[in-house]
Formats: sequence, C-alpha cells, structure tokens
Amino acid sequence: MAEARLGPKPSQMSLVDKLGRISWGLIFLTSVIACIGFGMLYSAADGNMNPWASRQILRFAAGLIVVLVIAVIDIRIWMRWAYVIYVATLATLFAVEFFGLIGMGAQRWLYFGWFQLQPSELMKIALVLALARYFHRMTLDDARRPALLVTPILMLLAPMVLVLRQPDLGTAAMLVVGAGAIFFVSGVALRYFAIGGAIAAAGVPIAWQFLREYQRERILTFLNPEADPLGAGYHILQSKIALGSGGLFGRGFMHGTQSHLSFLPEHQTDFIFTMLAEELGLVGAATLIGLYVLLFAYGFAIALRARNHFGRLLGIGLTTTLFLYVFINIAMVVGLIPVVGVPLPLISYGGTAMITVLFSLGLLMCVFVHRDEQINRLTS
Amino acid sequence: MQQYELARFRTFTRRAAVLGAVKLALLSVVGAQLYNLQIVQRHKYRTKADENRINIRLLPPPRGRIFDQAGRLIAQNKQNYRLVLVPEQSGDIQLLLHTLAKTVPLGQSELTRILNEIERRRSFIPITVREHLSWVQVAQIEIDSPDLPGVSIEVGQVRQYPFGATFAHVIGYVGSASTEEIASDPLLQLPGFRIGKNGVEKMHDLELRGRAGNVQVEVNAHGRVIRELDRDEGKPGNDVTLTVDADLQEYVATSLGAESASAAVLDVATGACIAIVSTPSFDPNSFIQGLTQRQWGELVNNRHAPLINKAISGQYPPGSVFKPVVAVAALEAGVVDSSHRVRCLGHIQLGDRTFHCWRRGGHGSLSMISAIAQSCDVYFYDLALKVGVERIAEMARRLGLGQASGFDLPGEQHGLVPTPDWKRAMYDDAWQKGDSLNTAVGQGYLLTTPLQLAVMTARLVNGGWAVTPHLTRSVGDELRQDTLTRVVPKSIDLSHETLAIITRGMGRVVNHVSGTAYSARIEEARFAMGGKTGTSQVRSFTDIERQSGVVKNKDRPWIERDHALFVGYAPISAPRYAVAVIVEHGGSGSTTAAPIAHDILLEAQRLDSISRLSSPLNIRSSEIRKV
Repeated sequence: MAEARLGPKPSQMSLVDKLGRISWGLIFLTSVIACIGFGMLYSAADGNMNPWASRQILRFAAGLIVVLVIAVIDIRIWMRWAYVIYVATLATLFAVEFFGLIGMGAQRWLYFGWFQLQPSELMKIALVLALARYFHRMTLDDARRPALLVTPILMLLAPMVLVLRQPDLGTAAMLVVGAGAIFFVSGVALRYFAIGGAIAAAGVPIAWQFLREYQRERILTFLNPEADPLGAGYHILQSKIALGSGGLFGRGFMHGTQSHLSFLPEHQTDFIFTMLAEELGLVGAATLIGLYVLLFAYGFAIALRARNHFGRLLGIGLTTTLFLYVFINIAMVVGLIPVVGVPLPLISYGGTAMITVLFSLGLLMCVFVHRDEQINRLTS
Repeated sequence: MQQYELARFRTFTRRAAVLGAVKLALLSVVGAQLYNLQIVQRHKYRTKADENRINIRLLPPPRGRIFDQAGRLIAQNKQNYRLVLVPEQSGDIQLLLHTLAKTVPLGQSELTRILNEIERRRSFIPITVREHLSWVQVAQIEIDSPDLPGVSIEVGQVRQYPFGATFAHVIGYVGSASTEEIASDPLLQLPGFRIGKNGVEKMHDLELRGRAGNVQVEVNAHGRVIRELDRDEGKPGNDVTLTVDADLQEYVATSLGAESASAAVLDVATGACIAIVSTPSFDPNSFIQGLTQRQWGELVNNRHAPLINKAISGQYPPGSVFKPVVAVAALEAGVVDSSHRVRCLGHIQLGDRTFHCWRRGGHGSLSMISAIAQSCDVYFYDLALKVGVERIAEMARRLGLGQASGFDLPGEQHGLVPTPDWKRAMYDDAWQKGDSLNTAVGQGYLLTTPLQLAVMTARLVNGGWAVTPHLTRSVGDELRQDTLTRVVPKSIDLSHETLAIITRGMGRVVNHVSGTAYSARIEEARFAMGGKTGTSQVRSFTDIERQSGVVKNKDRPWIERDHALFVGYAPISAPRYAVAVIVEHGGSGSTTAAPIAHDILLEAQRLDSISRLSSPLNIRSSEIRKV
C-alpha cells in the first residue's frame, strides 16, 4: 500500500528491450490480413492500384509505425492519460453534435483541415482505456458493489447517448458490448447484466421512436429483405447473391460478377467481405475468418499473460472491440443482423477505421511489451 | 501475489474463457450461415447472379416474303430508317433538337414526348426520335452528323405491299400482337414486332415469322451493356409462294371496279386459286403506318364492307347459278334423262301458291339443255318436284356447297344447303314443297359463297374431280404437303353423260343466241367460255308489286336490288379456268356479272398463252414446279 503512493514505477526497460519484446508474429499476422485487404481493393478497382489499394498500403505502412510507437510508450503513461483521453474524445463527440458535418445521413465526421476524424471511432478505444483504468483498482468485492458501478456506467452512457444521437447504431452497440466485456471480466455480478439486459429490452419500443426513418427501414428490411428487393432490401439481397454464387472456391480473383458489375454496393468498404467470398469462395472466406480468430487468440493470450490488471482488461477490451468489428461486419453482409455500417478491420477501405484498428493493435502490443510490468492496484 | 489479485485474476481468467467461447460461438453462427449460402444454396444464388448480369435480347427474324406464282413480290420488307439519339452522348439536348428540326420537323407533342423519355430513361439508352425517315432526311442527317452528337440512324424493317389494295384480302396485313397473343411468345413483346392479322399473313404467320435469334449480353447494375456473351442469329421466316397470278389479280380488281363485288378464279384441274378479289378494298400499307380513328371508322362503317373478303365470307343465294346442280341431281338419280321436256307457261301452280318463271310469257316446251341455257325456272320447279330436295342437297354438297371448302385463308363461311331435317331443327317447321321449288332456283334458304360457286363450277367441268381450292403453292423451299395431295383429287362419281349434258347446257348459256349470257360470249373460238347466269333476289315481291312494276331493279333502293351472279369456265373445249362473279345488288347476272366473267376468263387465257410463249416449260397447272 505504501509503495503505491509513490506513484507508478517507471519501466526499467530500454527501447531496444521493448522492441525485443514486441510480438512480431502479431505484426506478421496483421500484415497478412492487411495484404488480403490490398488484394481485394486491387480487385475492387477492376485490377487497379488506384484509387484504393495504393492509398490503403500507405496508410497501413504509416499505421504500423504508429503501432510500434504506441507499443513502446510506457503502459503506465497510457494508464495515467486514460481519463484525459476519454474526456477529450468525449468532448470531440460533443463537438460533432454542433460542428460535425453531415455524411451519409449521419453526423459523424469532424474535419480538421487536412484530415478528418470520426470521434465515435476513437471513443471505442478511449472508453476501453478509461474502463480498464477504473476497474484496475477494483477488487472483486468492489466490483460487486452497485455504488461503484455508477461511474463506469455513466462513462459508457455518455458517449453512447451521443453516438445514438448521431445516429450510429453500430458504434453504440460496439461501445455497449465492448464495455460489457470489461465489466464482465472485471467480475461484475451476473445479475447486473440480467438487469441491464432487461432495461435494454424494455427500452426497445422507446428507442424505436428515436430511430431515423432509414434505421427503422434497415431493421425492417433485415427482418424481411425479399419484401422490397429493389429498395431497402437491395443491399442485403445482392450481398447474399454474391456470397452464394461464390460457392466453395469462388468465381476467381477479379471475376466476381456481382462486385464488378456494380450489383454489390459499397464493395470496397462495408461489403468487401462479400466480394472476397464471391471471388474466393467459402475457402477464402473461412481462411480470412481463421486469420481473425488467430488474431483474437493473440489478443486473449496477451491479456491472460499480462502481469498487470490494467493490461489484462485493456487486452480483453481491445480484443473484444476488434472482434465486434469483424463479427458485426460479417454477420451484416451474410444477412444475420441488420445493415449497420461497420467496416471490416484491416480489409475495408477507409482511414478512420484503420486508425482505430491499428491504435487498438498498438495498445494490445503495448500490453504485451509491458507484460511483466506490475502496476499496483491503487496507482493513480 | 496478493490475495485480492489472485481472486480477481481467477475470475478474470474464468470469465475471459467464457467470453472467448461466446465469441467462437458467434463466429460459428456466421460460419454456418456462410456454409448455408455458399454451399447449400449456391445453385440458387448462382442462378440469381446470372439473372442479374445476363440480359437476353431477342433479335427479330426478318419476316418471310410472299410471292405470286410467277415470283412477283406481293409482300416484302422495307427498310425503316429510324432516328435515334443517345442522351449521354448528345450534350446540349435543346441545341441538338433545334439542329435536328431543320431536317426533321418536330411538333410540340413530339418534343414533349422526347424530352419526357430523356428524363425517364437512363442516359445511355437510345431514344427513338422519329420513324419512317425519307431518303432525303437520312442523307441530310448523315451530312449533318458532325453537328449531331449522339444521333444515329437505325435500320428496322416494316412490311410493305407493292400491290396495295389489290391483294388486301388475300395477303391481309400485319399488326402488333394483342395482349392475349403476347403471352404465347416473348418475341411478340418486342416493340415494333408485327404478326399476321389477316389473310395469308395470318394463315402462315408462324412460318413467315421464323425463329427469333437472341443475343446474350452482360449488363451491369445500371443496365449498361458490358460485353456480348453469346449470339444466336435465329432463322428468317420462310417465303410463301401463292398460286395467284398478280397480273390476273390486278385485272380482276380493275374489272370489278367500284362495285361491291367479288370474284374467284380457279384452275379447274387442281383447285389452285389464280385470282380472288373482293371490292371495294383497302390499302394494307396504311395499316402498317397506323390508321387514324377517322380512317378506321370509314372502313368499318362503309356499307360496301371493304374489310370483308366477300369471295369467301360473303354468303348469297346463288339464284339460277344453282340450276345445274338440280339438273345433275335429277340425271344422276335417274328420275329423268336428258330428253325430259317441260312446257313452261311462265308459272306453275302449287296448291294455292303460284311460282313464276322469270320470263313472264313462258319458254314453251324445253329440253334440259335449253332449260339450262335459257334458265327456265318452271323446268327446274318440275325437276325439283321429281327428284326431291334431299337428293338436290346431297348433290350440292358433293359439288362443294354448304361446307367450308378448306381454302387456306381465314374467315371462310360455310354457306347453307337446306334440308327438311335442317329446317325442322332450325325452325321447328315442316319442309314445304314450295321450299323445294325455291331451292331449285337457288333462292329460299340456300346460301353460297363466291368461292364455293367457283369450286362447284370447276367440279362440274373438270370431269367430276373433287378439287379443293387453295392458295399456297409453297412455303420456304418445300411444296406444301397438302398441296401435293390436292394434285390428285377424289372423284365425285358423276357419269360422263351427265356432265356432258350439263356442260353443253352451260356452253349454250353463253354461245347460243337463246342463252341468257349470249351477249357476253367470247368470239374467239379457242378461248370460248361456258357458264351460268344468276340473279338472286334479296327480297321477295308480292304479286301486287309485280303488277305495279316496282320490281324493276333500277327503281329499287340499292340495298334491295338483286345480286348479279355468273359462274363461268373456259376454254369450252378443254376447261382450264373456272370463275365465279358476284356483284352485290348489281341487277341481273346476264347484264352485270357475265360481261365481267367474260373479261376475266379472256384475260386469264391471254396471260396464260403469253406466259407459255415466253417460257415453254412453264406449265401452270402442274403443281410440281418450284418457284
């Protein structure tokens, strides 16, 4: 207890030590998945590096450097700055409410001159950071005390309400589930999850009132896509056709008729998995899912291996966030859940998602680099 | 490790494992769905993907042409030059239309239609600006083409009938398929595709139509064609060659003139139809470009029924033209022989009814041959009473009356040969002797079409062979099977003696001074014709009317005047052509119909000798020849 008050003990590792502790296997795995993405973007542009593949490669290369930089920054610094990052991100979320620009019918983007930012994307990480820090100091008994759960619930609700206002159902869902994962592994009593679930279920009819027309349509369409094949159901129907026509081995790289004849919408972004499954078949799709499972396994392994609780929670939270990207995206394109507009990590074209994903991987790597560091529970 | 640390690490590990298991389970669901879509349902979705991208466009086959027996075109396909523009290539549409208007004047409604279509369609779909461009316009647009971006001329085909109204009832015309017809063949949905609506165009529609080709193209989601995948050129429609002689057809049409009339000319040996005309007619070409409501109304409401082919659809009491049938029936039944004589006093009495002869004073004593030549009604009243109506009706049917002849044009009527059974069934009334008398002179219930009368004549003069009238010589490269069977018709079993008596009688009708059509005789012996006149009453007259003189044909309103009929054949020495002429409400057969038949038979033989001179191998009545 006494030493805790001395503040965090800085890492004794040198930069070379840290680089040596980086999981190059994870970097390699990430690169393999990204390369599959480059290939699909090359195909999406009918065999051109432009406009997508080349820019994605540059982004990824820059992103890898960011991963390494984040990884070698002392994990205690991340911990110390966790609330600050959270509050700053929350503030930018507020900002898009008032200065945000309209894109695709939802306020999501904030333009900073030469680059644009989607604060809701950053919030996924910021929330995990903040909650990890919060639960880091909780004993198992603390985690069972309702009074101590008020703060983390507010930490979740504040960004969630803002994101829902935008409205962005996918991100809101990811925030809830991502936060829920941290609550869960922190030892929050299961009955609270039951209560939370009940409240959420009761809130559905109310939430329905607040949904925009296009969101209601998406949900109704999801329930019965064949009802309006040329209207709202078009996306999901065309996606299913593309997937199904791919069969076991696919129609061949760059030979997906659905993707290349524009029947498949957004084939370089949200529906890129469909294109991959159309062109490379179930074999290609299963391979990619297998690589993702490997990635999540890395994430779990890192979390379980960490000697500090902050790192463990961060590891689980970040892995869950990555999992949610993958699951929501694929479940959406195969028609299991409504279309919500979540990209496929490392594959879909797009800057913001790439930043979030690489940021997550960087933090995950940071946990791994600092796996043997011990951080006192009451360190602040 | 401190106690609390251990505790929460245990919970963490346990719950992380649960979380991992949940994630794996969720991914398994996704995997199962992928398996379902990509393996279980792959055929369904592959088909749907192909339906998405593959667009099958039909290539309309060129319609077969129609020729007359000498190879003259009577229905052909003309190039239709269509002006189309592709909006996305046209730049400033207003400017373009302004430039176009110098060559192709565009009305306000046309401009509105074009602009609407541009608005509505995707910009790469060609829009038809105008059809049926003239050559001058086509040339001018080609010259102006640098100033007309996105404008092009497309060539389509439209039906054209070089002989116009002359063949209207034979060829018919083509038109767009009706809604019910469209269901039968997707080809019919093509804009601009036409099918036969009447005449030969309808009768041989499927053969003329050919088989549609198709081109499979790959299209993208916006409908733009990316590439051609497959092409099947289809098969053009078969040409049809008719037995008709266009020269004679035109001649017959001219001979009938402005009358409401019809005529049919048959080859007596084969039944081949050499000419078949109904007047007044209409120009089938006007049907191709579309009739105005007013033009259509005029055609439909015209009391001379220009749209009807009277030669096969008009049913008339045959009048005295029927008398040879009665004579044949009597001779074949053996109730009389040719020496049978009857004294005609101008009328006979049957119970309380008087039946008149057309000659008020009577013919005096007549043989059968003279009775035919002078068309004595009383003689045939006498025969009818002797032979009975059943045997007359039976003979009439053997000669082709009272039934559809099987002629290969749509719309043929059956006519009517009455019998006592028929009358009982129809009117629930007993057959009267008077009915037999009326039938004997071709009046009463009896109805015939001009074509049936021509068939009857042919069968009487060709030695008693049951020729069937027909119009089609060949379709495509093959002679029609049914045409071949017609070359060897069945016999109708009439004795030579009977036929000799009838033909002598019919020869005298024209060539004997006492004959009813003597004034219409053909002077040149080798072309001489025989025949029979007929004047059929449209209404019967009371005795009072007869005495007061209103019976005079020209004093009556047109619609109540008698029909003038004549059946003829030539040459008398070796009959080759049979003709039936009916002029509706034309007065008497001898003065109106017989001269027309004279002209037609003379011209038919003249044309025949010309064609034989020019081509010694051209033997028309031989159906074996291929055109």
